[in-house]
This record gives sequence, structure tokens and C-alpha cells, in this order.
Amino acid sequence: MPIASEAFLQQSGRAMTGTSKVTAKDVNVYYGDKHALKAVSLDIRANEVTALIGPSGCGKSTFLRCLNRMNDLIEGARVTGLITLDGDDIYDYSLDVVQLRARIGMVFQKPNPFPKSIFDNVAYGPRIHGLAQSSADLEEIVVSSLQRAGLYEEVKDRLSEPGTGLSGGQQQRLCIARAIAVSPEVILMDEPCSALDPIATAKVEELIDELRENYTIVIVTHSMQQAARVSQRTAFFHLGELVEFGDTEQIFTNPQQKLTQGYITGRFG
Amino acid sequence: MTREHTVRSYDEELSHLTNLIARMGGLAEAQLDGAVQALIKRDSDLASRVIAADSKVDEIEQEVHGFTVRLLALRQPVAHDLRMIVGALKISGDLERIADYAANVAKRALVLNQIPPVKPTAGVPRLGRLVQEIVKEVLDAFVEQDNEKAVKVWKQDEEVDDMYTGLFRELITYMMEDPRNITACIHLMFIAKNIERIGDHATNIAETIHFLVQGTPIRESRPKGESILPDPSQLAKDN
Repeated sequence: MPIASEAFLQQSGRAMTGTSKVTAKDVNVYYGDKHALKAVSLDIRANEVTALIGPSGCGKSTFLRCLNRMNDLIEGARVTGLITLDGDDIYDYSLDVVQLRARIGMVFQKPNPFPKSIFDNVAYGPRIHGLAQSSADLEEIVVSSLQRAGLYEEVKDRLSEPGTGLSGGQQQRLCIARAIAVSPEVILMDEPCSALDPIATAKVEELIDELRENYTIVIVTHSMQQAARVSQRTAFFHLGELVEFGDTEQIFTNPQQKLTQGYITGRFG
Repeated sequence: MTREHTVRSYDEELSHLTNLIARMGGLAEAQLDGAVQALIKRDSDLASRVIAADSKVDEIEQEVHGFTVRLLALRQPVAHDLRMIVGALKISGDLERIADYAANVAKRALVLNQIPPVKPTAGVPRLGRLVQEIVKEVLDAFVEQDNEKAVKVWKQDEEVDDMYTGLFRELITYMMEDPRNITACIHLMFIAKNIERIGDHATNIAETIHFLVQGTPIRESRPKGESILPDPSQLAKDN
């Protein structure tokens, strides 16, 4: 592991808007012999939505999974380089991965509620992390998480019913409520709307925009329009390399790299 | 952008849009040429044909409007495609104005043909030819997506301003010499003004071409020719 630079070390505590929340420096990922991510460096700013775009197999999901060490779970995966959260190396040997994943939550492509009640789905995280002192505390966390996920009004009368009985869009918002119930600082989203209809997608996008105030969000999406709608900054990956990273507005009106232009305008071979 | 879209029909639509602008540009250019010729040759038939043909340019402008709205809605264009479509929309507006001014020149040519010619003034045809050349160049720059050519046109507007200011003074002299010249000279003055405005629209088109090729506005300030109006800052000082 390279030594953290002075700038990283100077950061501490919760980052402010515009400052780096998560920083990747020269990150490489190998799956066995396959070099899946090549020397990627980028800064993810606090309280912003950063979109990762690129064709299938370009490394964007691999990069996302590096940010909360989900790649640890894949056999033969090897990560080099430095990734810091508020300046602290997240691959440090002394770091508790479970704690890390509480600080960096994740929402997946397919809504994956537990086969439990709506209430228990959201209460699960706070329970295992011991975040509630009493059942009243726990209820407050569950209700406020569902409210922040924009789901509470729709489910308040059936909290004891199974989460799997909700519609796809509601299930995804339930998963977002579950992710925010443990008060994460960063939320990673891996194509969170690809299984949703346009109205459910719009609700999730609206939610992402609201959540930005309190969380730092990184979203992988195949929908260019979604990246354009929800993010402030966009990173374009191709064949494991970070080709271009900049303000979303600039990427979609005047990209600097030919490859980016080719991809976003649909001229990709 | 030479590479093709994965969706071929999108390429066809973009090239249809380029063709519409090229056709509209060709028409506007012909209208300007016709108007200037009608003036020089005192050809009322030609002037009438120019006036009648103005509606064709308006029709293409409507077609461009409808087509760009459709492309924006159905293709959700980004980057160069987006700039191209928005650029085409703007350019069609400029071309419509150019054709309008040309029609106005033709209308005034009709009036001038009814009254005895004033002293031969070579200035108006010369201004017309210069602006025709500029319009032609800027349309070539659009078709070829040639930014350098567009910037060259953009700088040429200075020459138009100078020529227009010279004409303004010349026409005032004729009017002072003999009040019977006033009607003709006023029409010539408006004709010169219209042609000068056509030059301004060509300049706008050059700016749009720069934006659609480079993605940024032209940053340098445009060289301005001599103006018939005093400098406002100078006026403030005099008071």
C-alpha cells in the first residue's frame, strides 16, 4: 500500500460539501489474472452524487465494490492502491469491515428485502449494530428511516407485513430505508433503478436528490439520462480505465475525451 | 464527429437536419443575391420573385423547428449531437432573418425602380457583394464544420461595418446636395442597413458554429468597424 499523502492525513471527521469524502488513488483490481481496474484515481466529494458510467465490463461496478470492500468476498480478487474514507485507509488491516460497511451502505440492482416484516427489514441493521437503547428508540429509527426514504406514508399501516409483498419500487425504497437506518455517511448504489418502472424510478431519483443533503452518494447506472439527472459529477470508465471525470454538466454537453463523446452519444463500436 | 451511431436512423435524422439547414442557407443566399441583382439591374420582375419566395424560407424554418423538437424529445441528445441540434435551431432563426431582410431589400428595389435613379452609387452593390461572400463562407463553414473558417467570417464583419458607415456618410451628402434625392437615398439607406444586419446574422451563425464544433463560445472580443453612432462613453465625458 502506498503511504497516504499529507492531504489525506489532514482530513478528519465528517467532510464538508466540496471536500473529498472518499478518495481513490492508483487503485488496481485483479480477478485472478484479469486486470479489471487499472490505476484509477478519483475524489468523491461529500454531499454530492457521483455517477459512474460506462459499458458493461468497464470496471464501474468493480470500483463501486472496492469502496466498501465488497470485493473481499470474491475469491481471487486483489486490490492495490489507496482508498480513504475521511482520510483513513479503508484497507487498513486493523479496520473492522463490518463497521466500515455501516459507514458505507449499499443498495443493489435488484431490490433484496429480507424475508421479514417491513419493520424488521429496517430494524435489522440498528439491532445488530446496537444503535437503539430501547424499543421506542428502535421504532423511532425505523419510522424516521422510512420517512427519509419516502416510503412511510405508503406502509405505515402495515409495518408488520412482509417486505417482499411490496411493489418493486417500494421494495427498493425499503432497501434504501434499511441502508440509511444505520446512519451511514456514504451510500453506494449499483443500478438501483434498472428493475423499476419510470414512476418508481422518478421517486428513487427524487429520493437520491433529497438524501444528498445528508449523505454522499455514488451511483452506478447504465442510464445516461439518469446519470445526467441525478449526479453532480460523472466518471466514465472504459476497459478498466477511468477515461474522464468531471462535472456532469460538462460531461454531457462538452466532454473532453473522444471516447466519452462516443459512448454518451451512442457511437460505440 | 465522423463515427456513426449504433442506431443508424439517428445518424440519418442528424444528416437530414444538416441538409435542411444547408437547403435553407442556399435559399437565403439566393434571396440575397436576387435582391442585390434586382437593385443593381433595376429588375422589378426579379424583385417580385424574391418577395414571393420568402415564404419558402419560412416553411423550411418551421420544418427545422418541428424536427429539432422531435429529435430532442425522442433521442435525448447529448454532447456534440445536442450542440448540433440546438445550433441548427439557432441557425435556422438567423437564416430566416437573413431572408426577411433580403425580401425587404427587394421591396425597396421595387420602389426605387419607380423613381429616377440617384447618382450612381457603387457602395450599396459593393456592400451587398461583400455580405453575400460572408454568408456563403459561413454556410460552407457550417457544412464542413470548419471552425477556423467560421472565425474568419466572424472577424470580417468589421469590414461590413466600415463600408456601411462610409455609405451612410455618402448618402447624407447626396441628400444635402439635392432634397429631391431624399426618397431614393432613404430607401438606399434602409437597404444598406438591411444588408449590414444580414452580415450581423452571418456573424451569429459563425458564433454558433464555433460553439457546436468546440463546445465553448468564442472568447476573444470581436473587432468592430467604424460606427455611425458616437461612443456613449465619449458622450458622457462631453456632458
